[in-house]
Amino acid sequence: MSLDAPLGHIGFTLNGAEVTVPAAATARLSEVLRDQAGAGDVKVGCNAGDCGACTVLLDGAPVCACITAAGQAQGRVIETQAGLVARDADARRLAQAFQRHQAAQCGICTPGMMVSAVALLRERAPLDEGAVADALGGVLCRCTGYRKIIAAVLDASDAPLLTEGGVGASIARLDGWPKVAGTERFGDDVAPGDALVVKAIRAPHHRAAFTFGDLEAYRRQTGLDLILTAADIPGRNAFGVIPGFEDQPVLAETETRFRLEAVAAVVGRAEIVANLPPFPVSYTELPAALIPSEAGAVADLHPGREGNVMCRGHVSRGDAAAAFAASAHVVEGHFSTGFIEHGYIEPEAASARRIGDRVEVSCCTQAPYMNRDGLAGILGLAPEAVRILPTAVGGGFGSKLDLTAQPFVALAAWRLGRPVRMAYSRVESIATSTKRHPSETYMQIGCDATGRITAARFEGTFNTGAYASWGPTVANRVPIHASGPYLTPSYQADSAAIHTHTAPSGAFRGFGVPQSAVAQEQLYDLLAERVGMDRLAFRRLNCLRNGDPTVTGQVFDTGMGIDACLDALAPHWDRALAEAEAFNATSTRVKRGVGIASGWYGCGNTSMSNPSTIRAGITAAGEICLHQGAVDIGQGSNTVILQIFAEALGVPVSAITRIGADTDLTPDAGKTSASRQTFVTGNAARLCGAALRAQILRLGNVSDAAVIHVTPGALELSEGGATRRIALEPGAGPYALEASETYDPPTTPLDARGQGAPYAVFGTAAQMAELEVDLDLGTVRLRHITAAHDVGRAINPLSAEGQIEGGVAQGLGLALMEEFLPGRTENLHDYLIPTMGDVPPVRSILIESGDAHGPYGAKGLGEHCLIPTAPAILNAIAHATGVRIHHLPATPDRVRAALLTAGKTPA
Amino acid sequence: MTLHRPESLEDALALLGQGGARLLAGGTDLYPALRDGPPPPALIDLTGVPDLQGIRRDASGWRIGGAVTWRQILRAELPPLFAGLKAAAREVGSVQIQSTGTVAGNLCNASPAADGVPALLALEAEVALAGPEGPRRLPLAEFLLGPRRTALCEGEIVTALHVPDRAGTGGFGKLGARRYLVISIAMVGVVVDWQQGRIAAARVAVGACSPVAVRLGALEAALVGQRATDLRAVVAAAPLPELAPIDDVRASADYRRDAVRPLIHDTLHKTLEVSHVA
Repeated sequence: MSLDAPLGHIGFTLNGAEVTVPAAATARLSEVLRDQAGAGDVKVGCNAGDCGACTVLLDGAPVCACITAAGQAQGRVIETQAGLVARDADARRLAQAFQRHQAAQCGICTPGMMVSAVALLRERAPLDEGAVADALGGVLCRCTGYRKIIAAVLDASDAPLLTEGGVGASIARLDGWPKVAGTERFGDDVAPGDALVVKAIRAPHHRAAFTFGDLEAYRRQTGLDLILTAADIPGRNAFGVIPGFEDQPVLAETETRFRLEAVAAVVGRAEIVANLPPFPVSYTELPAALIPSEAGAVADLHPGREGNVMCRGHVSRGDAAAAFAASAHVVEGHFSTGFIEHGYIEPEAASARRIGDRVEVSCCTQAPYMNRDGLAGILGLAPEAVRILPTAVGGGFGSKLDLTAQPFVALAAWRLGRPVRMAYSRVESIATSTKRHPSETYMQIGCDATGRITAARFEGTFNTGAYASWGPTVANRVPIHASGPYLTPSYQADSAAIHTHTAPSGAFRGFGVPQSAVAQEQLYDLLAERVGMDRLAFRRLNCLRNGDPTVTGQVFDTGMGIDACLDALAPHWDRALAEAEAFNATSTRVKRGVGIASGWYGCGNTSMSNPSTIRAGITAAGEICLHQGAVDIGQGSNTVILQIFAEALGVPVSAITRIGADTDLTPDAGKTSASRQTFVTGNAARLCGAALRAQILRLGNVSDAAVIHVTPGALELSEGGATRRIALEPGAGPYALEASETYDPPTTPLDARGQGAPYAVFGTAAQMAELEVDLDLGTVRLRHITAAHDVGRAINPLSAEGQIEGGVAQGLGLALMEEFLPGRTENLHDYLIPTMGDVPPVRSILIESGDAHGPYGAKGLGEHCLIPTAPAILNAIAHATGVRIHHLPATPDRVRAALLTAGKTPA
Repeated sequence: MTLHRPESLEDALALLGQGGARLLAGGTDLYPALRDGPPPPALIDLTGVPDLQGIRRDASGWRIGGAVTWRQILRAELPPLFAGLKAAAREVGSVQIQSTGTVAGNLCNASPAADGVPALLALEAEVALAGPEGPRRLPLAEFLLGPRRTALCEGEIVTALHVPDRAGTGGFGKLGARRYLVISIAMVGVVVDWQQGRIAAARVAVGACSPVAVRLGALEAALVGQRATDLRAVVAAAPLPELAPIDDVRASADYRRDAVRPLIHDTLHKTLEVSHVA
């Protein structure tokens, strides 16, 4: 036996320092490094070796700390991201390159990526993309699409960063250094060391009745501090995100409605909670409906939602039936997509503490004020009694809008008066957080003999799961978008959101639009074929132009940029088609295909107010403070909002101190969703910067041409060679000068036929996929994606590219591999997201057509990136093989089955 | 909460004989299988046992120690016979998994989709065990009894794998729904002895298409004497009665039955390319 450390302790060299920590030798090394050795840069994403976030170097070799016994590290050398960046020249250069390329978005995978990359760089072997992917392929990333990470590893050098610039400058992420240096603090990184741990007790059935045994006896026997059930909720045991649809209990009351729904929660010291005997609850499994077609046969999940129809959406224009009858060509098809898991690498986590009659909750969230109000309702408190302190967010994509761990920690801290923490396991995260709605769609589209679209009809059934979440949004948004960005004179679109006994479907990048695009864009290819037109030319002919009405009758006089997106793809399209044709002339087993698809997305809430407020001030000492409450979940709002504000105020970004999201300190900048932050909060920042500038110029009695310098204690205004100095006097509040501005996008309600102006801004995109299909195996390999996006104005072009590449990767997953099956794919080795080896080079083309409303002409971009990708891939598969995949994902077995059915296999 | 770290095989066997403890090597299967539960109360770490270390040549062939990791396989100087095992090593999980995961552990975990098994079956590997009744050796095919079932008796430890020295070049092919970190839909391990452009001998094993990976005896026989250009037809005509695939989240049974043939063909073909290079 080697017993070099005292009993119950483990000794190792951590980042150059000899450490000995008390720890169980059988514990996971990740836990010991995080909890005992202070290495919070070791991130836990799965506890199964599936994501690589916890990668550390053990005697120089990359290992997953989450599946390494702590005792095996005895006497060995461990290096983590923070230690490497602090001590190792390779790592320092790598960190600089990650910053330069914006290779860290949310930053949660960055430790695993960088540690793996350091091991690669130390080999001093020749580097190319394949070598990087082989070395880093064991680390999953959901934000970046991997391309910027590959670029950064291949470019690890001390080349300088671009750190200064206003609108249009690809400056490095202003909040990026902590992410690449290993010092960022995420949802599970901020709780005090003495915090108690909360664990949910979850029902193993899709639907079950349950009864508890003697809970108090169990609590005493185990030494738990508290057991929570529905009876312990002081306020309303219901939450939701849309007024009138708050239907989800924190803890089920008599019956659970989806697998792993919580019935109780236990609170106690970590070692007690980790080793509990079976909880005294018994379940009676009840008949469950898992798909919409079964929902009519079970009792209504919620009273008043008859037949389990939660809501419907409708848009119509013209007379679709008559227009179809008069059409030269009509195509139709049924399509379906499954549940899609967000797959952020940071599972949900929160901690809370009670301070007097208030409760403070730290959590990874996309919606601090909505969280605050939701928790207040659950706790029976006024909203002001709840403070939300957002941590860094390790990816969100829509699912971290909803409450998850927050109510548990808030309730426990409120009851116990002690700090508590909760981190979801990967299984809990996948099984219980919201999902992308599964869709079953039917669509029919017609055109005239010249190829002009005459009419479209869309019917979509969306599985909204057990609770409403954002289901009403999906039901409303899809009919507005199902036409795609095309002039469609006659149109009828109907959607229904149906309850089933599955995890709630909610918000996921695109709110249902990616699903409808799968139907519409595939049918466009069929129509082009019928007419005998090139597929790009067919789209070019029909795309919306300035002055054309959308299917809701909204007319944009400027900024409808889809024609420019399609035009930008044209030379690439011609090249790719020629290359594929040449390749296919001699290749029988592997066939190349090229596909194209468009997408559009209205930025912000649908026909609903969704204001953002930005506040800024200048202290008497001369510090410019921006209260920026738009949560940066990796998309870059901490950088672009500052760039916009700096531009409007007329100062360098380096002169601004950012005060990050905190419901006590930052006004409500709304939720990070619906591609609204750059557009809506950006506008508030622009207005706020302009208002502050106007105050300053008035004080100096100078024109708008003046240049502002903020110096300690004074402002200096330079104009025409003269400089005026204005002393900053302390004001009533913290600031000598202060401004606060709100922006709410102008929209109008939709009428009974869905006609109106639901969004102030639409962003548009067209993407082209080039791929290969192995006809024998049914495997699809992406070769290139070319993505043209009308962003209006790129505030930070490198950030925009990062959004596109990440969206493309998610679209690729939707098309080819992802499907959440309740009870079956609840981990990251059965639920597959793309790895570094799956995402091809992405060429981004940024179109800047401006916008009437967006700040400096900028539109939102987040959701748009994903929408065209899956249909472009499906259209490329059809081009390569002649086979069209209607039911996603297009896994090798489905592609091969379709090939066999169609007789499209090599001789 | 005890982690025993024996420094000899005798100590490891003695600890195991006391009962109540599980064996630990790389931990890459043990820890994930805990899901969110606590670790077992006692583990015996085999990675410090000298008898289980190293890859070396002996009189009858090659000995791969029971604690040898996939990373060590990848970095070892081995003849073309092992090209398939090396290719499999590259496909086991990720570099992180390969750093600590062991070849023997992959066998003991006995997943039908264990990437190491088809390559080792094609190498005709034997499993050496030590236990209270003394040492014994089993052909790999007799060691693996079913999904998550092996012939390992209570108190026994896998001490090594023995690979007989044979002519031929190894190959490995894996089919998955993504590039890295993927559980196989099917995989193929082969060893082919090419002589003057014809196959003198071939061993072909398939994984993830039956409860345990299997050798395809009839196909192996049919391959003898064939040229590269005949491979497609021979593989297409083989009945493959050994395979009994199932439907799961990764693929349908029909697909596995169908796709395994091009996968076999491709893997056999790859050995030709390697042979020419070598």
